[in-house]
Amino acid sequence: MEVIPLLKQLSEADGIAGHEEPVRVFLRQTWQPFVDEMREGKLGSLIALKRGIGSEPRPKLMLAAHMDEIGLMVTGIEKGFLRITRVGGTDRRVLLGLEVVVHGRRDLPGVVATRPPHVLPQDEREKAVPWDKFFVDVGLPTEEVERLVTVGDLISIRREMVELKNRRVAGKAMDDRACVAAVTLALEQLSGVRHAWDVFAVATVQEEVGLKGAITAAYGVAPDLAIALDVTFGKHPGVPEVDAFPLGGGPAIGVGPNFHPGLVTRLKEVAEAHEIPYQIDPIPGRSGTDAWAIQVTREGVPTALVSVPVRYMHQPVETLAAQDVERAGRLLAAFIAGLEMDFMEGLAWEDS
Amino acid sequence: MRELIRKLVETYGPSGVEEQIRAVIRAEVEPLAGELRVDPLGSLVVHKQGSPSAGSGQAGEGQCIVLDAHMDEIGVMVTYVDEKGFARFTRIGGVSPLTCAGARVAFADGTVGVIGVEEKREDASKTPKFEQLYIDVGATSRDDCPVHVGDAAVFVRPFVCMERAQGTRLIAKAMDDRIACAVLIETLRRLEHTPHDVYFVFSVQEETTLSGARTSTYGINPDLAIAVDVTGTGDKPECRPMAVELGKGPAVKVQDSGMIAHPRVRDLLVQRAKEADIPYQLEVLERGTTNAAAMQLVRAGVPSGCLSIPCRYIHTPSEMVDEGDVQNSVQLLLEVLRTA
Amino acid sequence: MILRELSEAVGVSGNEGDVRAVLLDAVREHVDDVRVDTMGNVLAFKHGTGRQRMRVMLAAHMDEVGLMVVGYDDDGFLRVRSVGGIDPRLLPGTLLQVGPEHTPGVIGVKPIHLLKKGEGEKVPKLEGLVVDIGAKSKDEARKLAPLGTYATFTTRFRELGPTVSGKAFDDRAGCAVLVELLRGERFRFDLHAAFTVQEEVGLRGARVAAYGIEPDCAFALEGTIADDIPKDKDVSPTTELGQGPAITVMDRSFIADRRLVNLLTSTAEELGIPYQIKQPGIGGTDAGAIHLAREGVPSVTVAVPCRYIHSPVALLRLDDFNNTVQLMRASLSRLTQRTLERGKD
Repeated sequence: MEVIPLLKQLSEADGIAGHEEPVRVFLRQTWQPFVDEMREGKLGSLIALKRGIGSEPRPKLMLAAHMDEIGLMVTGIEKGFLRITRVGGTDRRVLLGLEVVVHGRRDLPGVVATRPPHVLPQDEREKAVPWDKFFVDVGLPTEEVERLVTVGDLISIRREMVELKNRRVAGKAMDDRACVAAVTLALEQLSGVRHAWDVFAVATVQEEVGLKGAITAAYGVAPDLAIALDVTFGKHPGVPEVDAFPLGGGPAIGVGPNFHPGLVTRLKEVAEAHEIPYQIDPIPGRSGTDAWAIQVTREGVPTALVSVPVRYMHQPVETLAAQDVERAGRLLAAFIAGLEMDFMEGLAWEDS
Repeated sequence: MRELIRKLVETYGPSGVEEQIRAVIRAEVEPLAGELRVDPLGSLVVHKQGSPSAGSGQAGEGQCIVLDAHMDEIGVMVTYVDEKGFARFTRIGGVSPLTCAGARVAFADGTVGVIGVEEKREDASKTPKFEQLYIDVGATSRDDCPVHVGDAAVFVRPFVCMERAQGTRLIAKAMDDRIACAVLIETLRRLEHTPHDVYFVFSVQEETTLSGARTSTYGINPDLAIAVDVTGTGDKPECRPMAVELGKGPAVKVQDSGMIAHPRVRDLLVQRAKEADIPYQLEVLERGTTNAAAMQLVRAGVPSGCLSIPCRYIHTPSEMVDEGDVQNSVQLLLEVLRTA
Repeated sequence: MILRELSEAVGVSGNEGDVRAVLLDAVREHVDDVRVDTMGNVLAFKHGTGRQRMRVMLAAHMDEVGLMVVGYDDDGFLRVRSVGGIDPRLLPGTLLQVGPEHTPGVIGVKPIHLLKKGEGEKVPKLEGLVVDIGAKSKDEARKLAPLGTYATFTTRFRELGPTVSGKAFDDRAGCAVLVELLRGERFRFDLHAAFTVQEEVGLRGARVAAYGIEPDCAFALEGTIADDIPKDKDVSPTTELGQGPAITVMDRSFIADRRLVNLLTSTAEELGIPYQIKQPGIGGTDAGAIHLAREGVPSVTVAVPCRYIHSPVALLRLDDFNNTVQLMRASLSRLTQRTLERGKD
């Protein structure tokens, strides 16, 4: 599978938090040839099982990458214009002049409208527009709008993926479709590979609004180990150096209280053995990813986080290096292939 | 139903001290239900067993459904009694200092207090902070003060009924969420046959931590959960825009700041409303959440939604709802429960 | 003194190994079973005499607040972020121990001589502070303190008379209380002691421990804020040294079960043990996570008042510590299934 066309399809698919159906349908089709079983969790996470060959009872590894993206929602209709709110952490600063799609009775193209700077007082021109001053304009007469659109309808960002130089690509929803792509690549690489553990690949829902898919899917799967995949801050002007990871430097592996040191060590060893460049991401507390939820499920799950550096997070120009996605996929596949049946025993804290 | 509502709203029951309101609700529901229990944190769980409809012969056509309304109300808790017998306090749940100035509060044993504001504030034009407020129970020193650190009080306001041609407005403190408790009790009272296994849960500690709904739902492990709570309206002067209005029917929640309603639950409520010609509104609440946010995350997940009763002046001592909306809420719940 | 050993052990959230070792040694012979779970919690079990069929959980957290190395600057200084809530005002001029080798480090800021007008008023932000371990280059710094290395204060434990001082009394004081309780006689019920991890970053260890134990009720043991220094206004000190164990009725993480609060206060009054009610609405503890486990767990927090918690040097009174142990022992002896029964409501 070529990673750039895969990224394009994933990035352009719709799947706002709480309403992930379109991207779930795409994933079902895409993962079908690589897994043994698939089901949907109670909140809509896609849970796919690829069985291992170890003798029963086989230990379970859960991979989690979230398929939901941030977006907008209609909160009211005024003179044919749509009032909006966000779903997840949509950044107000990038909305002006954005092309969107309103998912009413049918999909309606629209524009995020606001007043031109010429008529605004100076102090308002210098501030980001507050939410209650945004409107979406679908360019139709009021009666049409009232017939086609209702409160609660979703609005997604219309953005086609773009290829930049050096195999870098930019688009919406790379958070976290880039990692969904990495998991897809890993599953592809594992078909035909004999691995001991059962692998549950989970495309979680509603990460952007509270890690909800991860909380519930992890409870349902009850894995012995988990690796979450999410994006991290790519290096660019404006991002403090300690938080930034250069594009093309390879996936980042999280270290800190959210991650089991034994699991982290193994990931590093695998990366080094397979000459996969990687970076270390020190996280002193909350990681803000599915890993944070999974780690405290039931009686606890040793968890790790593998991240793909992405610039301009939560903006419709999220930019990444295709190589980093490929490397993340290879790292996962190599890790899984080498995971021995009694790996858990080696994870016991030294002093117990 | 007005008497029931009056009884519920005027009863003492801040988060964490729900004994009195639980006793009142228990007295109302005990004769109506099969099984009744109080769970570890104090939520009252009432079970109405489903029965397959006559002649259908289909086993398992019903679902296990939780309907939740929280019994606790916001209030204040004494944090310190000073030398002169004035009590400093903190809030229980979302209390604003704006509603405190000059308010009257009552403790569990009926002791009444008045909330005073420090006159020597740096900026008298700003809303006072909690540190600048105090409760006066008429004591003269720490020793003769009848209240102590840890004592909880609620706001005092009588229930009022405003009958108008366009509709009757009901006003009281603790409409959030005693009005929903009333809706649940009335629904249980009028529910004859249902194919579903229904749990009416009167939960504790919603205003502080959503703890009661979370733990009671874990105990029941339902297929579906509906929280019944109040929501704001967009029909007051210079208020934040919102599509919900008083008197236009119960609101079906799409999302709020803590959760996105499961499309299946949302659509079920909308469907039943349409079929039975019950007026309804769709609701997006930008600030605030309900027990549904906690219930949906229990175990492997519970598809959850919320039926909201439009309410003006939430978290003030004069919360206002429309009686028609309340009755339509009962109607809608009955429609949901009657059919598979 | 177990509190000395515990206070001087190093254990920032996520890296509690040294504290774990001290505790395993301290309790091993006094309990029927002890194990370490996947998150690193130490779970010790002491079965009861069988007279009361209840599962009671006692929790105290092993972790302390600290710093983590997240980057370097070109001259070999370490850039750090806080693990748990560290007040940056406390950092300029401190001594730290960095990493498993306890490499000494210091935090210093711009000298007073060079400050511009008004600069001395400002509180330096954590992002602007660096740790100096004496390294001469970025590479040397990276070798000595790789990304993710933990650092904490180096405070030595001292006995001052009626009081003792040291670091991490939140919550090594609670751990010490729990050790004392485990070293004593059996209770009538099964006792599940959890020395938890990662409380300071979100009550993490307690959450999974409670899920596993499934207790009927729980007591969190803490070292809590005593803000009883002189003030301009007559306001709450939160808790006061010398007034005995502090009982939480409500904080930002949970509301205590009133029946357990009453058990504690009535026991204290009967036996003449001083106690205080902690100022409601302040802070959060493991009980915040425990009470939400499964179908709910009635819980309460009991704490030793400590001045200057989350700073390099905390202070507590030994009589408060001993009264806390005494109150807990006596209350647990009086705890029965009937305590958790409800009247007809």
